[in-house]
Amino acid sequence: MAQVFTKSMARNIFYGGSVFFILLFLALTLDTSFALPERDQRHQLDLSTEVGQRIARGKELWETNNCIGCHTLLGEGAYFAPELGNIYTRFGNNKEAIKAFIQSRPAMGIPGRRSMPQFNFSDEELDAIAEFLKYSSEINTAGWPPNIQG
Amino acid sequence: MKYKSQAVAKPYFIAAIGLFLAQVIFGIILGIQYVVGDFLFPEIPFNVARMVHTNTLIVWLLMGFMGAAYYLIPEESERELYTPWLALVMFWIFLIAAALTVIGYLAVPYARLAEMTGNDILPTMGREFLEQPTITKVGIVIVALAFLFNIGMTVLKGRKTVVSLVMLIGLVGLAFFFLFSFYNPTNLVLDKFYWWWVVHLWVEGVWELIMGAMLAFVLIKTTGVDREVVEKWLYIIIAMALITGIIGTGHHFYWIGPPEYWQWWGSIFSALEPLPFFMMTVFAFNMVNQRRRNHPNKAAVLWALGTAVLAFLGAGVWGFLHTLAPVNYYTHGSQITAAHGHLAFYGAYVLINITMISYAMPLLNGREANSMRSQVLEMWAFWLMSISMVFITLFLTAAGILQIFLQRYTETPLPFMVVQEKVALFYWLRVISGLVFLGGLGTYIASFFVAARDAKYPQPIEIGKVQPSPAAV
Repeated sequence: MAQVFTKSMARNIFYGGSVFFILLFLALTLDTSFALPERDQRHQLDLSTEVGQRIARGKELWETNNCIGCHTLLGEGAYFAPELGNIYTRFGNNKEAIKAFIQSRPAMGIPGRRSMPQFNFSDEELDAIAEFLKYSSEINTAGWPPNIQG
Repeated sequence: MKYKSQAVAKPYFIAAIGLFLAQVIFGIILGIQYVVGDFLFPEIPFNVARMVHTNTLIVWLLMGFMGAAYYLIPEESERELYTPWLALVMFWIFLIAAALTVIGYLAVPYARLAEMTGNDILPTMGREFLEQPTITKVGIVIVALAFLFNIGMTVLKGRKTVVSLVMLIGLVGLAFFFLFSFYNPTNLVLDKFYWWWVVHLWVEGVWELIMGAMLAFVLIKTTGVDREVVEKWLYIIIAMALITGIIGTGHHFYWIGPPEYWQWWGSIFSALEPLPFFMMTVFAFNMVNQRRRNHPNKAAVLWALGTAVLAFLGAGVWGFLHTLAPVNYYTHGSQITAAHGHLAFYGAYVLINITMISYAMPLLNGREANSMRSQVLEMWAFWLMSISMVFITLFLTAAGILQIFLQRYTETPLPFMVVQEKVALFYWLRVISGLVFLGGLGTYIASFFVAARDAKYPQPIEIGKVQPSPAAV
C-alpha cells in the first residue's frame, strides 16, 4: 500500500465504518420489528387462549427434545431429516397426521435406515407439537420453500 | 516466551486439541449415520452426536482464542498477565463445565437433561449450536467475564498495540453477542432473528477481528515485517469485515419471516463479505514475501498461509456461492449449507487456532521451533487435513446440487428421504475423506510427541539448518 494511505486513515475507516453500519443495522432492525406483527402470526401466541398455550408448550417440547438436531425449521437446523416448516401443509393441513407419524416411530429404529426416535409423548404433548408446527407453517416466509417437499 | 505468565496458554491449547479430536470422531459417526441410518441407534442418535460435534467445536475454538489471548496479550503489552492464577482457575471451570455438558448429552436423553438443569426456569436450550443447558451458558458468561477482566487489565496497564486492541474488541464483542443466547421468545421469528445475533455476528463479525489479530501477531513474529505495515493491513481488513458483515447478517433473514427488503440488503452486503478474506490472503502472502527474517518455525508459516487461503475459499467463495437471495431460495438449508459450514470453519477458525498453537507451543516448551522431523509431520498434517476437508466440501457440494435439483428444482420434486438415498454415493465419499482428515489430525498430534522426544535427545546434525534470527522483532 502506498504511503498516501496511512495507518490513521485505515483506523478511521474501521471505527467510522463500523459505527455507521452498526447504526444502520439497528435502524433496519427497528423497521423490521414494526413490520413483523403483520408477518409472524403473533396474534396466535396470546397465552390467554388455548391455542396460544399449546403453541408455547409445543415450542418448549420442540426445544427440549432437540428436534433441530436432525430437522430444519424454516430451513435452519440439521440436514439429516425433512424440513418441518411446511410439514403441516405437506401432511394435508392435518394435525392428526403429524401426531400419528410421531407416535408410530419404532423405539429400536429401522434396520439400516434413518428413523426418528420414539419420544413416548402424551396426547396433550402431541397436540402441542402439532399446533406449534401449524403455527410455524403460517409464518410469512417470502414464499419459501420452493415447493411442498421443503 | 518472554513472560512467565504466558505459560497459562498451554493448558488451553492442549485441551483445545483434545476437544478437536473428540469433535472429529463424532463427525465421523455422523458421516456414517448419513449412510447407515441406524448406526449406534438408539444409543447415540444423530441429534446427540451432532450436538457433541458442534459444541466441542465451539468450545475448543473458544479455548484456542483464550489461549491465544493469554499468550499474545502479555507479549504485546510487555508485562505479565494481570492475574495468572485466575486464568488457570477459569481454565478448569471451563473444561469441567464443557466435559459435564458433553457427558450430559451422551448419558441422558436431552429432555431429561433439560429437566435436570432447570431449563424451564429460563428456557434457552434446544436451539442449534446453543444446545448447552442454561447453567452451562451462565458458566460461559462467568468464564468470559473473568477472562475479559484479566486480559483487559493487562492491556490497560501495559503497552497498547493495535493487535492487542483489535483482539480485545473482538473478545468483548464475542462476550456481548453471546448474551443474546438468553433471549428465547415463543415467537419463532423473533427467536430466529436474534439467534443470528449470536451466530452470525460471531463468525462473520467479531471472530474475524480475533482471527485478524492472531494472524497479524504470528506474521509480525515470524516474518519480522515492520509493525506499522501489519497494523495498517489489520485495520483495513477488519474494517471491511465489519462494513460488509454487519448488514450481511441480512442473508439469514430472507426466509424466516422478516420483510423482503432484507433480500436486497443481505445480497448486496454479503456479496462483499469475501473481500476481507481476500485481503487477508494478499496480506499474508505479502508479509511472507517481504520477510526480513527466516523464522525456524516453518510449519507455523505454512499454517498461517493456509489459513488465509482456505478461509478465503471456505468463508469467501463458498459463502458467495449461495448468498444471493435468488440462489439461496433454492440452496437454503441444503447440503450446500453444510459444505460451506465445513470449509469456512476449518479454513478460518480451525486453522487460525492451529497457526497460533503451532507458533506458540514450541516457545511455551522453551524452544524457538520444533525439530525438523516434527515440523515435517506438521506439514503432512496440514496437507492431509486441508485436502481432505476440501474434498469433504466438494462431495457435499455435489450432494447439495443434486439434492436441490431433485427435491426443489424439477417439475416433479421428490420427497426428502428419497433424495437422500439417491445422493448416498457422495455421503460415502465424504466419510472416506473424513477418515483421511482423522489421519491428518493424528499426524498433527503425533508431531507434538516427536518434538518432545527430539528436544530430549537432540539429533547431532540438523539438516537444513536455519539462520540465527535477529533478536528484536
